[in-house]
Amino acid sequence: MYVLVVGGGKVGLNLTRELMQKGHEVTLVEQERSRYATLEPQLEHVVHLGDGTELWVLERAGIARADMVIAVTGDDEDNIIISQVAREKYGREKIIARCNNIRNMAHFELLDISPVISSTDLILRLIEHEVPQYGLVHLLKLQAEDLEIIEVEVTAGASAAGKRVDQIELPDGGLIIAILRDRAGIVPSGDTVIDVGDEVLLILNPGLETDITGLFTTPDEAFA
Amino acid sequence: MFVLIVGCGRAGSALAKNLLADGHTVSVLDESAESHRLLDVDLETNWEDAGGMFTVGTALEIDALIEAGIEQADAFVAGTNGDNTNLVIAQIAQRRFNVPKVVVRVLDPRRADWYAEQGLHTICPTQAGIDMLTAAVRGDTDSNPLVETV
Repeated sequence: MYVLVVGGGKVGLNLTRELMQKGHEVTLVEQERSRYATLEPQLEHVVHLGDGTELWVLERAGIARADMVIAVTGDDEDNIIISQVAREKYGREKIIARCNNIRNMAHFELLDISPVISSTDLILRLIEHEVPQYGLVHLLKLQAEDLEIIEVEVTAGASAAGKRVDQIELPDGGLIIAILRDRAGIVPSGDTVIDVGDEVLLILNPGLETDITGLFTTPDEAFA
Repeated sequence: MFVLIVGCGRAGSALAKNLLADGHTVSVLDESAESHRLLDVDLETNWEDAGGMFTVGTALEIDALIEAGIEQADAFVAGTNGDNTNLVIAQIAQRRFNVPKVVVRVLDPRRADWYAEQGLHTICPTQAGIDMLTAAVRGDTDSNPLVETV
């Protein structure tokens, strides 16, 4: 696979090194001369010096034949533009972008750039995962496919507590895919009974979170 | 018309004063409070007394754009010194806030050309300069009305 990485910071450097070790062909584009001088001897001369938002720099780096483009500069506007031209101008289909400031995430979404990786967002999700009283945890969002996977902890008094899976009236567009109980995962069948304290994983179309959370938690605790 | 100009450098501030003089409502957003000085230059009083608005804030922050009036804007000018910032905020103005007229300054002619093909109204001062210089050296003044005959 030929991978074009734009942005030679810590993420870009380590990513390039790992991909090369896995046997992939990689080109890394870095615009700062001093950083380029540091990177170049470490990475077997796959580094190009240039502004990766300039079209001719991307072309010289071989964007036209890249199987994957990864935009990991420290500037979100640059990552957005790189992703946008990679897709729209050069027809690249596999693009991964980094979001440095989580408040810019909405801009990536507005311009249909996906997937977007934000370390702040990842850590926040881990925090949510470790703090069950949040009630609802978004585990994965598949923007283009219009699906997401959430986790919700079943509270006492919830309508689903004590019911069999086939007795729970989920809205159309929602499906239980797993139950986490006593640190083990269960792939449920219709006769699996949901208990208080279970963590239920569901796949659903975005927008159904409130309806679904209402089945597994009591109103007071939902979104507490 | 309500015009929001993002980026208060030489171009943004001068454009703001032109449009204010035309009788438009003009709001300017810049991340630097100091840039306000450029708005006061050549005015008898100052920018606010002359009827202008100025907000300090980052162009990519939705809250700052809203504070500066993007929701009421009839026209939006993306004129910061960053091409990519301009291209992103212009698309935000167009797609998220449905501003009817969006103009974006892009210094790199290639990016300006390509985004123009995608439907953005780009203005490329570099290309304008190239055209004028070329015409001036060729002595070809007919094809470019901007070049004065000496």
